[in-house]
Amino acid sequence: MTDQAQLLPGTLDLLILKAVSLGPLHGYGVLLRIAQISAEALLIEQGALYPALFRLVRQGLLQASWGVSDNNRRAKFYELTTAGRKRLQEETEGWNRLAVAIATALAAQPEEV
Amino acid sequence: MRFIEYLRSLSSTLLRRGRINGEMEEELRSHVQHRADDLERSGMPRAEAKRRAQIEFGGHERYRQESHESLAGNYLETFSQDVRHSVRVLWKSPGFTAVAVFTLALGIGANAVVFSVMNALILRPLNVPNPQSLYMLEKGKDNVPMQSYPDYADLRDRNRNFDGIAAYSMYPAGLNTGKNPSTVWIYEASGNYFDVLGIQPYLGRFFHRADEHGPNSAPYVVISFNYWRSHFQGDAGVVGRVVQLNKHPFTILGVAPPKFRGTELFFSPDLWAEMMNQEQVEGWNALTERGARSICLIGRLKAGITPTQAVADLNSIGADLAKTYPKDDADETFALTRPGLVGDMLGRPVRAFVTGLMLLAGLILLAACANLGSLFAARAADRAREIALRLALGSSRKRVLRQLLTEAVIIALTGGAAGVVGGVVILRWLSTWQPVPNMPINVPVNPDAAVYVVALVLALISGLLFGIVPVRQVLRANPYQIVKAGSASGAGRRFTGRDLLLIVQITICAVLVTSSLVAVRGLVRSLHSNFGFQPQNAMVVDSDLGMAGYSGDGTQVMQKRMIQAMQAIPGVSSAGMIERPPLAMGWSTSMVFKDTTTDFRVSNAAAESMIYRVSPEYFQAAGTALLRGSTFTWHDDKDSPRVAVVNREFARRIFGSEASALGGYYKTVEGTRIHIVGIVEDGKYKTLTEDPQPAMFYPILQSPTSASWLIIRSNRDPHQLAITMEKTLRGLDPGLPFTIRTWSRELDSALFGSRVATIALGVLGALGAMLAVTGIFGMAAYSVSKRLRELGIRVALGAQRSEVLGAALGRAFRLLALGSIAGLLLGMAASKVLASVVYEATPRDPLVLGGVVLIMLLLGLLATWIPAQRALSADPLMLLREE
Repeated sequence: MTDQAQLLPGTLDLLILKAVSLGPLHGYGVLLRIAQISAEALLIEQGALYPALFRLVRQGLLQASWGVSDNNRRAKFYELTTAGRKRLQEETEGWNRLAVAIATALAAQPEEV
Repeated sequence: MRFIEYLRSLSSTLLRRGRINGEMEEELRSHVQHRADDLERSGMPRAEAKRRAQIEFGGHERYRQESHESLAGNYLETFSQDVRHSVRVLWKSPGFTAVAVFTLALGIGANAVVFSVMNALILRPLNVPNPQSLYMLEKGKDNVPMQSYPDYADLRDRNRNFDGIAAYSMYPAGLNTGKNPSTVWIYEASGNYFDVLGIQPYLGRFFHRADEHGPNSAPYVVISFNYWRSHFQGDAGVVGRVVQLNKHPFTILGVAPPKFRGTELFFSPDLWAEMMNQEQVEGWNALTERGARSICLIGRLKAGITPTQAVADLNSIGADLAKTYPKDDADETFALTRPGLVGDMLGRPVRAFVTGLMLLAGLILLAACANLGSLFAARAADRAREIALRLALGSSRKRVLRQLLTEAVIIALTGGAAGVVGGVVILRWLSTWQPVPNMPINVPVNPDAAVYVVALVLALISGLLFGIVPVRQVLRANPYQIVKAGSASGAGRRFTGRDLLLIVQITICAVLVTSSLVAVRGLVRSLHSNFGFQPQNAMVVDSDLGMAGYSGDGTQVMQKRMIQAMQAIPGVSSAGMIERPPLAMGWSTSMVFKDTTTDFRVSNAAAESMIYRVSPEYFQAAGTALLRGSTFTWHDDKDSPRVAVVNREFARRIFGSEASALGGYYKTVEGTRIHIVGIVEDGKYKTLTEDPQPAMFYPILQSPTSASWLIIRSNRDPHQLAITMEKTLRGLDPGLPFTIRTWSRELDSALFGSRVATIALGVLGALGAMLAVTGIFGMAAYSVSKRLRELGIRVALGAQRSEVLGAALGRAFRLLALGSIAGLLLGMAASKVLASVVYEATPRDPLVLGGVVLIMLLLGLLATWIPAQRALSADPLMLLREE
């Protein structure tokens, strides 16, 4: 478990949007999908997911509907709205720019200065 | 229909919220089940899997709350949640809630009532256009607002700073509208009265300056709206009707607007009559008497003129008047004051008293807050576990505090609403209260918007004030410690803030109890003090022969017949007559001079003396003791030398001693020599609190009066006697208006001020006492319940009952003693102020001191009785077994 990374503040929303963009998911499914696509590297406390989900719904980035899961249980499924898709694209670009910038900064060698 | 729609939308919101909550719960549950399914699949037993899933989910409560916040995203949602939670919590502890609401209702109610009175008497201006430029003119030296008509005319015509100055005076008159004659109270008003005030008639017209053409030239009256409604049934045809005022015809010109109640707050007239016709109303004409000061002046300043400028101008006119008329005018300086309370004469004591009351009411509210603060603190301590649990489950401190404050505000608003409702009931009653029989003395103190706003603000402030008390406790709380250790017991032996609150509260209560006891004692003493006459076993008949059309010698003939008829009633020991009894509303005085004086200017006067015109039998009927000489007889008529009976103070002031006064002479303003035939005891004439005043009594045959009060002394039952008297008087003249009362009842007007003060202080004292009881009770009950285990152990170890009580309640009594002593000392200091309102109020009275100590002790016993019982019944076996 030591190779799990702590989430940066604000990145949970982005991860949720990304997970849901790959197909409608219920809450627990979102967690599994994030674990899967991050190769189990990101740790999210399970309960913390829901406030974020509800916030995204209220912001109109996600929409939710009740359905039945693979386990044959009632669950609420989330999918991206158009606004959500747009937001995901923007945030991804922003994140990539930031990541590149930070990576470049951290890769700097003394002789380059 | 709008209301129903509102209800529907409200209910749908509530329903939707319920659905959302349900959905959220279901979703979270579904999550845990999915996780459990996964764990089960990996080989865990179902029960174990469920438990693991639950733990992995994390702080259920916290996420639920956060989800709620992110879902609703606004404060309204959490606010209504807080409110519902608070209501539920409060509902679960009805005892606490009831005590808190009741305590606050007392505090807010008292403040609402006192503020309303202050609003009506001090804050609210007269109900006329632009009231801020209206001022009452009064003498600068002694703040007496009375002026004479000739001086008024000079001031009105010669000043340059007023748009106008109007004059008025209050007087009773007999009004005959064709049916039974009745007594009405009127303002005699100058022609420009309504124009200076700037008001418009409701019906018909007002009289104006142009209607005045010298004495008795303007037989016009304007009736008040209320009188028009009650006596003319709102008949628009009254305008132009002729009515008889004291048997003289007057024409009704119009009806005043509904909200206009005259220019004195305490005195709303039935009608206004033109001052020019004063002689017909009062029976004599003072329009040309510069020395007869009986009218009030009210003026409207010109725009841009300051009161100081106006006073300077008036003073220069006054100086000129004093120079021109040295016989009547001396030291004519002026001051301007707010109208409504007979200038500063009534205004100053009323303002001082009401301000004092407001302060006391503020103290009551403060005591209530202190009380509630300690209640809340105690409760917060009791709820430490609940709060710790909530914090441990992930609720934020902010949220917990917000919820506690919401509880406080809910209690504050409920208490405030209850207090205002109670206050409004009292105010309704006060507004219709007529303290003095047969006089239009009453003040409408109905609450207006200002009162409600003040009550609301006070309620909110006090809610926050006592709601803040437990905040520190919550912020400091360490949930894990508290949950682990169980309720902390016995903590806080040292002197705490809560104790201080209680001491402050007991002090306030003791101040109130002290001042109300001082006032009550003062009132009781003044009821039994020497008035200079004996009001017990005496009846008075208030009549005025002028109202029934008598004049000249006819008046005296009738007066003698009335006295004789009264004396003839079986059981009547004596009957006499006086122009107006001492201590009744209104009086007259006159300057008197030594026999050697020849220049009768005001500054040469030997004294200013009360004047009473009486029949020879008056002294016996009134029970006034004759000290020397004799009273006069029916032979002292206008053909014989002028005589007088004077009181001891008169003799002392003008002659130096009683012995030299008897048989001596003095002179009146007109220079008439008066022979003193008798000396009577001193009495109270204007007010109960006055210093001894010189008084002189003239025989009615030499000094006629149409105002005729009969004094009848008898041991018969007053009710029976009154019936006989009424029949007798009706037999003499069916057209004579009069009223019969016991003399004690008549004195109500003289005792009015001290009685109001006593009642007000008594009520506030009772409120303070109630608050102290609940405060001490709360504290004692709390400390006993906290230490019950300890007490049980003490009992088990063989402690005596007294030792147990000492341990349980010693502290409450120490606080009580401390607070009581502080309150007693403060109360004694405050009572000095009281002495100016209530006659003979002194705190240096063993009865008062003993009474305060006894009352505080009783309150302490009362408040600690139940906790003491509980402490004594501490059963060590039970207690030890329980925990």
